[in-house]
Amino acid sequence: MSSILIHGGRVIDPAAGLDEWLDVLVVDGRIAEVGVDLAAPDGASLLAASGLVVAPGFIDLHTHLREPGQEHKETIASGARAAARGGFTTICAMPNTEPAMDSAAIIDGVLQRAQDVDCRVLPIGAVSKGREGRELTELAALKDAGAVAVSDDGDAVADTSLARRAFEYLSDIGIPLAEHCEDPAIAQGGVMHDGAVSARLGLRGQPAAAELSIVQRDITLAEAAGSQLHCCHISTEPALQAIADARARGLNVTAEVTPHHLCLTHDAVAGRGDELLYDTDAKVNPPLRTQADVQACIDALAAGIVDAVATDHAPHAAVDKQCEFDAAAFGISGLESAWPVVNSLVDAGRLTLPEAIERLTVGPVRAWSLDRGELNGLGTLKVGAPADLTLLSTDAVSRVEPDSWASMGKNTPLAGHTLVGVVAATVSQGRIVWDGREQ
Amino acid sequence: MVTEPMAQTLTSQPATWQAAQVPFDEPITDWRHRHLLDVDTLSKDEILRILSTASAMAEVLNRSVARTPALRGVTIFNLFYEASTRTRSSFELAGKILGADVINVSGSGSSVEKGESLVETLNTLSAVGADAVVMRHHASGAPWLASRTIDGHVLNAGDGQHAHPTQALLDAYILLQEFGDLSGRKIVIVGDILHSRVARSNLWSLTTLGAELTLVAPRPLLPAALAPGAAEREHPLSLPSVQVESDLDEAMVGADAVMALRIQNERLRGKLLPSSAEFARRYQLTAERVALASPDAIVMHPGPMNEGVEIGVDVAHGPQSRIEAQVSAGLAVRMAVLFLLIRGGS
Repeated sequence: MSSILIHGGRVIDPAAGLDEWLDVLVVDGRIAEVGVDLAAPDGASLLAASGLVVAPGFIDLHTHLREPGQEHKETIASGARAAARGGFTTICAMPNTEPAMDSAAIIDGVLQRAQDVDCRVLPIGAVSKGREGRELTELAALKDAGAVAVSDDGDAVADTSLARRAFEYLSDIGIPLAEHCEDPAIAQGGVMHDGAVSARLGLRGQPAAAELSIVQRDITLAEAAGSQLHCCHISTEPALQAIADARARGLNVTAEVTPHHLCLTHDAVAGRGDELLYDTDAKVNPPLRTQADVQACIDALAAGIVDAVATDHAPHAAVDKQCEFDAAAFGISGLESAWPVVNSLVDAGRLTLPEAIERLTVGPVRAWSLDRGELNGLGTLKVGAPADLTLLSTDAVSRVEPDSWASMGKNTPLAGHTLVGVVAATVSQGRIVWDGREQ
Repeated sequence: MVTEPMAQTLTSQPATWQAAQVPFDEPITDWRHRHLLDVDTLSKDEILRILSTASAMAEVLNRSVARTPALRGVTIFNLFYEASTRTRSSFELAGKILGADVINVSGSGSSVEKGESLVETLNTLSAVGADAVVMRHHASGAPWLASRTIDGHVLNAGDGQHAHPTQALLDAYILLQEFGDLSGRKIVIVGDILHSRVARSNLWSLTTLGAELTLVAPRPLLPAALAPGAAEREHPLSLPSVQVESDLDEAMVGADAVMALRIQNERLRGKLLPSSAEFARRYQLTAERVALASPDAIVMHPGPMNEGVEIGVDVAHGPQSRIEAQVSAGLAVRMAVLFLLIRGGS
């Protein structure tokens, strides 16, 4: 029997509406008790939480682990270490690996490699074979192998007839189609947001309409099929409005926003000084948008139109970014800066602390119904729930220093930014996987 | 080569004019730019300084032996990843006339073909002692990357659809030669604005010199941010604010100069226009349209031209055309820029 006593923290469990100074006792990988002045069993590990928030471990609906195929960018193990440091105890792995996670066998392989890493890994299967957008994968087999959703993320399911059939087929399978909402016919290879900054920099722009086009199409298709649409990394005001309208009509439409779309605009591509930077670390898809879009993302998150903050953690090797902007890889490494970004919004009064934690915990769990079977209670601190917790500082000032990260991807336009909030410790499945010290 | 009005403008700036008179072997102490990446960071005085230096260079070119040792011992690499006739040959000649060693490296026939990255190529040029790299690249922003990578000077000879500073400077040279002063002068740029690095750079330099610019383009060939009703018009990173017209006939009325731009088929993605015939009907610079402009208006084109598409054959070679003069001016302007950057820009 192994046990951990987390004592003296401000326990926030949004699912239970709980926000009190309490102790949490973990025994054998489950939450055993939450209460006042709990006694530590013999041999229990102690985690002092005074001055800290104790929350359910974060759940990321959108992580790119590069294994199999691109282990020079990230491995399942290094990505899981990064997750632990970021307060994440469950991460959903996108299928754009090499080969793509488009068969039960590959999903099995990923799950096996993820068995002893520092967080829980839930795979997402591909919608189409090889993510090529032509033929459906064996969607039911993927679910049976453990896929919690399907997605061709990196690309939209651009072929409307394939998308229609996918939504229809998924209607009795019960996992969402997580759509990368970018119409390639409109985006046309744009490398940043189509606006004032792209005009200035002479970079090909990808208009906001490219996102709205797929969101509206998929709402139509999902409604017709009676299936769930999950909109990944929404970045524009009109798309958020379309999602709000669909939800108001009672449709099963869920959505996520990323930390970077909550705090950065397309200005980041130009850089922060007088000299134009063409900062490839700010090259991401969907691209960083306008200030009005950032405000809309924050408002939608606070209003609950968006279910989850998802990192879209996209680690790359330095060489993938040290090149011409057009040639650079899309993506931002995000697991280890997510909490400081979100907490800085709380600090600025843009959303409440329980709201912020909800969007990182039970919000995503409910969006994808992840709390089934063994995972009953996931994203909460109720007795019997998986012992996934994170200890958070909400007032410690931190500088984003990717060189000290566990992720192999140091690519972030936030490097050097000062934010408020630190992940002090993380417990994953009853094990202390991060306590603020290098292991 | 230098006409009266030009000389007057330049002599009205005594400091800059005098600098141009200084013998080429004396140090330059008043030039602050290490690189020429675009014209957006140049002040009006700095642009005039370059152009007055260019007019001094034009005098060198008029000598019986057009050579000066001003850049003797300097090694310049022309690193061209895109096809170019005018820009590459004039940069090469400019360096050689100034006494520099000029080495041409192109995308084909070099390690680039073996998959070498731009950063590696630049490091190699640095390692063999490049004092300056003149660079043309298909990716917007590539010269900015170069300026952070190498020790020497970087001169942007055209990056993607972003900037072409020496073209903008030679255009300004022609316009100042013609009009002496650009304040309040109406200049029309017509054609493929979206893909044009010439148009973008000219927006900066011509507005800095006080001209009033009007852009004319079919909507798909205009950056979305410049279209009527675009968001973020007041964005601090915006291009300069200019007039945008869809009707070329209207835009031509009272124009002092008009610049036609080629449709850049190599940069088009998908079908942006119904046909070049329809484009020509609506946007070709014809003699009838030129007649709508001011009587002493001039016609310009950065080349290469598609005669009969964006510009009529008679207009391209007519009395109001300055297209050949542009090419000649390019040499003097590039000599001036090489000289100022390498001798002055520390």
